[in-house]
Amino acid sequence: MTPEQIKERISDQFKNSVITNESLGEHQVEINGEDWLNIATFMKNDPKLSFDQLECITGIDTGEEGPLQTHYNFHSMEHRHKIEVVISHDRKDPKVSSIEQVWRIGDWFERETYDMFGIEYTGHRDLRRILCPDDWEGWPLRKDYEGQESFHGIVVPKIKEEEGWE
Amino acid sequence: MGLLENKFQDNVVVASLDKILGWARSTSPWYFQFGLACCAIEMMSSAASRHDLERIGMMPRSSPRQADVMIVAGTVTMKMALRVKKLYEQMADPKYVISMGSCATSGGPYWQHGYHVLKGVDLVVPVDVYVPGCPPRPEALIEGLLKLQEKIQTERPLTRKLA
Repeated sequence: MTPEQIKERISDQFKNSVITNESLGEHQVEINGEDWLNIATFMKNDPKLSFDQLECITGIDTGEEGPLQTHYNFHSMEHRHKIEVVISHDRKDPKVSSIEQVWRIGDWFERETYDMFGIEYTGHRDLRRILCPDDWEGWPLRKDYEGQESFHGIVVPKIKEEEGWE
Repeated sequence: MGLLENKFQDNVVVASLDKILGWARSTSPWYFQFGLACCAIEMMSSAASRHDLERIGMMPRSSPRQADVMIVAGTVTMKMALRVKKLYEQMADPKYVISMGSCATSGGPYWQHGYHVLKGVDLVVPVDVYVPGCPPRPEALIEGLLKLQEKIQTERPLTRKLA
């Protein structure tokens, strides 16, 4: 199936779930996050879509004005088609339901995106940081992130671009 | 030898105990076998047959209790810094630290924007020898180790220090 047909298949099943977004590429589809768990389950189990592989989950910070986004890359071994699902989150309260129990690999993918962007995947059974230490402050890959001044008593020297060490 | 000449039987060497201890300690500094990043590959290469660290009496030990030298080979992240400190504290005295490569010395390429990188391992543990390079070639590491040997040889463990 082409990405267009995949989009149609999803929007036939779930009304108003596909959001038109001109800025996305033709292989991408933006989806309303409210009914995401049902849509994901449908995408996996529907014989015509049959997305049996979740290849990657990526977080994206689109800047101060824009939202936080989660990108999911799906691939179907059976039909050999692909799609990238985009879900936008409110910057103040980024939340979306977890698909960890639909594709098991989503467990670590979601933990990593949570670690770096602070997007909360509701329903995830073990949502904690995966790369940073457990007591790390802030979400490092957000654009407004500022590094910690000290970590467990280790002072982080501030470095200015022109003057060097402070 | 002057006064001591022919006073002893054959096969007896006379020297100050301090010097003998320094010589013995400096020619068998066993190092703690752990690597943090790409520098570890060069460290392994130094220990392998081409450069062969055992020529200068160095041998990797897998436990901090048995090691004399800690070679910090690679980028020290904040998460690892706490562990490096703990491992250093577990080593028995006398202990030495070699900071290998730019990352361990100053943060290296992550010195400005690496939010999770420790800007120099000397913020956590005292360092004896810094080896520059990214990563340093085995020859550079061996030079650093020879410098450390010189340092150990000048120490006088038995001489009472002035308080």
